[in-house]
Amino acid sequence: MNLNVVWFALFVIIIAGYLILDGFDLGVGSLHLFVAKKDEERRITLNSIGPVWDGNEVWLILGGGVLFAAFPLVYASLFSGFYLAMMLVLLMMILRTVAIEFRSKRPSPKWRGVWDVVFWASSVLLGLLLGVAFGNVLSGVPIDAQGNMQVTLFQLLTPFSLLVGITAVAMFALHGSIYLSIKTVGELQARVRNWMPKLMVVFFVLNTLVVLAMFLYRDQITARYISNIWLVIFPLGALIAALAAWYLMSKGRDLQAFIASSTMIALLLISGGVGMFPNMLFSTTHPRYNLTIYNAASASNTLVVMLIMALIGIPLVLLYTAGVYYFFRGKTELDPHSY
Amino acid sequence: MNAELLSRLQFGLTASFHFIYPPLSMGLGLMLVVIGIMYVRTKDPKWRRLSFFWIKVYGLIFAVGVATGVVQEFEFGTNWANYSRFVGNIFGSLLAAEGIFAFFLEGGFLGLMLFGGNRLGPRMWLAATIMVVFGAHFSAIWIVMANSWMQTPAGYTIQALPTPVRAYMTQFVQVMFTPSFIPRIMHVWFASWTAGSALMLSVSAWYLLRKRHIEIAKANLLIALPFFAVFSILNALMFGPVQSTEVTNFQPLKLASMEGLWETQSCAPLYLVGWVNTATQTTTGFRIPCLLSILAHQNPAAVVTGLDNFPPDLYPPINLVFQVYHFMFNIGFLLIPIGLLGLILYFWKRKVFQASWLLWLFVVTVFLAEIAITAGWWTAEIGRQPWIVYGLLKTAAGTSPALSTGEVAASMVMFIGLYILLFFLFIYLLNGKIQHGPEPLEDVESVPVTSLPDSFREIFRRRPARAE
Repeated sequence: MNLNVVWFALFVIIIAGYLILDGFDLGVGSLHLFVAKKDEERRITLNSIGPVWDGNEVWLILGGGVLFAAFPLVYASLFSGFYLAMMLVLLMMILRTVAIEFRSKRPSPKWRGVWDVVFWASSVLLGLLLGVAFGNVLSGVPIDAQGNMQVTLFQLLTPFSLLVGITAVAMFALHGSIYLSIKTVGELQARVRNWMPKLMVVFFVLNTLVVLAMFLYRDQITARYISNIWLVIFPLGALIAALAAWYLMSKGRDLQAFIASSTMIALLLISGGVGMFPNMLFSTTHPRYNLTIYNAASASNTLVVMLIMALIGIPLVLLYTAGVYYFFRGKTELDPHSY
Repeated sequence: MNAELLSRLQFGLTASFHFIYPPLSMGLGLMLVVIGIMYVRTKDPKWRRLSFFWIKVYGLIFAVGVATGVVQEFEFGTNWANYSRFVGNIFGSLLAAEGIFAFFLEGGFLGLMLFGGNRLGPRMWLAATIMVVFGAHFSAIWIVMANSWMQTPAGYTIQALPTPVRAYMTQFVQVMFTPSFIPRIMHVWFASWTAGSALMLSVSAWYLLRKRHIEIAKANLLIALPFFAVFSILNALMFGPVQSTEVTNFQPLKLASMEGLWETQSCAPLYLVGWVNTATQTTTGFRIPCLLSILAHQNPAAVVTGLDNFPPDLYPPINLVFQVYHFMFNIGFLLIPIGLLGLILYFWKRKVFQASWLLWLFVVTVFLAEIAITAGWWTAEIGRQPWIVYGLLKTAAGTSPALSTGEVAASMVMFIGLYILLFFLFIYLLNGKIQHGPEPLEDVESVPVTSLPDSFREIFRRRPARAE
């Protein structure tokens, strides 16, 4: 274990944290129009994530900051290369924030209807865009010797990356539905519970296709798994977690199912991460230009300073995040201050 | 138009628009803490009513601040890839620190602050508010630290290998506390507190002028006014000059541009208004002799370095820097008599509530403060040109080489459209809240305040009062 490996692991963990936490926010958003029909139900779905979504989104911002600090060359190449896609991500994040905040500020059904659609669409598209980006990272990108790449938005939309994108949407919807089932009661909960097994099937099929496509077409990742077969425990673990989530869902043990689906999301991301290791961006121009955790990293003194900060900061973050979740536990109810 | 110029305009636009909100998160946040303390100490329901009202406003400001702030975190990578490669070791770690230490505090406790009124007792609600406001100030520390490193880099070494050429950290403490950091963070904080207290002053004066919510508006005005007066005076007379001295010592070319000082001279004048003609290398306007020497070196006879000491290819756009700087300077000084007059009228004859001309001046203070803050940042950032990291990396060398003009033009159009929409929504909803005014407590309280858990033990021992 050296510093670069530690920071790569921490980066993957931070992104996993983001996918687990903001993942259910996005999932709730993508189900918003379908499970919640009346205004009061829509307010409940919105308020189920109300006190926490902002903190959850911070994990992505932290991921951006950590990538900038620990692997600046990846930060620079990835975001400048995916320029328009990144701009769309930012657009969706802003629209989503605005929709959550502004929806309930006026009683007019028309006003609320518009923001409901914006909330739903931005949640779906954000999941899709993140998945497409991850699909492209898994596939490799045409970076040159200086780390720059000339790709248009449409070149990013390959069949494989679109498949990963749709799978991400399904995964977030599944994860969000389990969360919603925990937070709701009555008719709304019944509708959510009706969606859960269907989402599970869709996600399971799509995810199996992604794994197959990776195995068949993504040679570098396949080679890494073949060279060290023990790595299979990560995708295998994800499979077990998925099945556990499925079983627990059917038994109505929502909280345990939520923990299982969170574990599954983390393990899926980790499976991708170990498959790429030690690369962070494959170059399709020449393997020599691959950005790795070594050639793209900051110097060791920066990594040490950052590690000290992370060791102080992250336990505090986990402590008070847990406190906030504990405080807002139980079913979502509306009061004069809700969204 | 090329990709570089568009990227600069886009960064300027997104950063300027974003920075409308953080000063209010800090300044209004501080005032919310003050009001929260007043309630905990006096138990007077008017303070609780004001907390409910202003926290709603705060939520709105915070939401737009977060939404636009996310853009900033990624825009270095998207538009300034070579800059990001160059400074990642240093600048990146400060940005990551902001995420770990500050954003999580804000994001984590914001829910408790916004939704805590009916779930937490007054002391715990205040504690959540303090955590959010502390987070906002902490965030400013890291971001001003990072920006200060771009102005007066320290604690670094440049190495060409392994490629690309990069700045590496030699001393983290020097990176954090560059010479400009302390003066700049003080200036930013006091300006933000001025803007936040001005917002309260402005809204309460508006109510008094419109004869609405009179009793509570008087209380609100009286608590905001002394803070506003003290903050604006300290900022213009103390922390502004401290920063001028720092700029004199570490960025003399920027100072010369701010004042349009072409010739190195002793007893250098300070312009109140003026115009810089770059072609003829002259500055005309209304000036006070020797004042710049006093401001820069605390000595009327001191020599101030002029533009003649520097090669013209390193000049920033001088007239623009001159104008935005004087805009900030003049507005900053204009705020002082407004606050003072308010205090004098109040203590002299308690006439402050009847003087409608003064109330109108109060109404405009928040706009003046916000404009001054933006003008101040423009001075700092445009005055740094043509460097992106002062003396180390030119702005032109920091761009993303792969970006085409068309791509940046597309994103620019997107941001302009989006931010116009966002701004109008913000103003529309803010106006709605202000017109609606502070609600009576019985409309916002769903449970009696005494039944709410008001210590850590109570919070974690029993179920939240609202649940089940």
